[in-house]
Amino acid sequence: MQEQVILRSAIEKGDFARGGEASSNLKEILRKLGVRSDINRRTTIVTYEMEMNIIIHSLGGEITVYIASDHIKVVAEDKGPGIEDLQLAFQPGYSTADDRVREMGFGAGMGLNNIQYYSDDLHVETGKGQSTKFTAIIYLESPSKEPNS
Amino acid sequence: MKLAEIIPLIQLEPLVVIDDLDYEIKTVCGCDLMSDVLAFSQEKTMLLTGLTNPQVIRTAEMTDIKFIIFVRGKRPPKETIELAKEKGINLYLSPKSMFECCGILYQAGLNSESMRSLI
Repeated sequence: MQEQVILRSAIEKGDFARGGEASSNLKEILRKLGVRSDINRRTTIVTYEMEMNIIIHSLGGEITVYIASDHIKVVAEDKGPGIEDLQLAFQPGYSTADDRVREMGFGAGMGLNNIQYYSDDLHVETGKGQSTKFTAIIYLESPSKEPNS
Repeated sequence: MKLAEIIPLIQLEPLVVIDDLDYEIKTVCGCDLMSDVLAFSQEKTMLLTGLTNPQVIRTAEMTDIKFIIFVRGKRPPKETIELAKEKGINLYLSPKSMFECCGILYQAGLNSESMRSLI
């Protein structure tokens, strides 16, 4: 089966009120498709982190999710301003989020690390002054990452 | 431990009740950082938090957390309560501090979750 789009959602800069809606819709779509619950959980966590990153850090963007016979692909693409030091951004605890974002419980510096942890494969294209594109793959038969499984 | 046993221990006031009092709680997570909840929490844990905005419900939804306790008597806004009802997430309020809630529940035999290690 070729990749098919199962969700495409525009994400607005600073739209905290709707933050998580796309990921919530995705969770329901994956449930209806009969995707394993832990794979659904991992995919929606990855998507939610990407969604909040677009809201918090970017000028706006779009999330597209594809499904194929053996994997799910989550693509988050924004309009900039880009990540200057990607290695630093992935470091647990590092964040550039402002106080308002931190008051909502975000900006703990775990977002990109979480995305990497829950993805089976992750590709990032970015640079200062450029758009950022995250492409995450989660295999449908990937071993469980639940700590007690 | 059953929810019915937890309620008197930390004086829980129900705000949104979805599951019944026989629901078995195995682990507890005390956290105000939603990214940490996303990073470390397991399914079926109970979340204690001082944050009351709707993103707490979103975080619980993504991680399959079914119970949220707001500590320090902080009442959540209407949007948070409405979203919890929509998503089927139980909400309770405790007048006690985070530290007290954690201490009491730990002493009563509830465990922390096993966490993935960063180091």
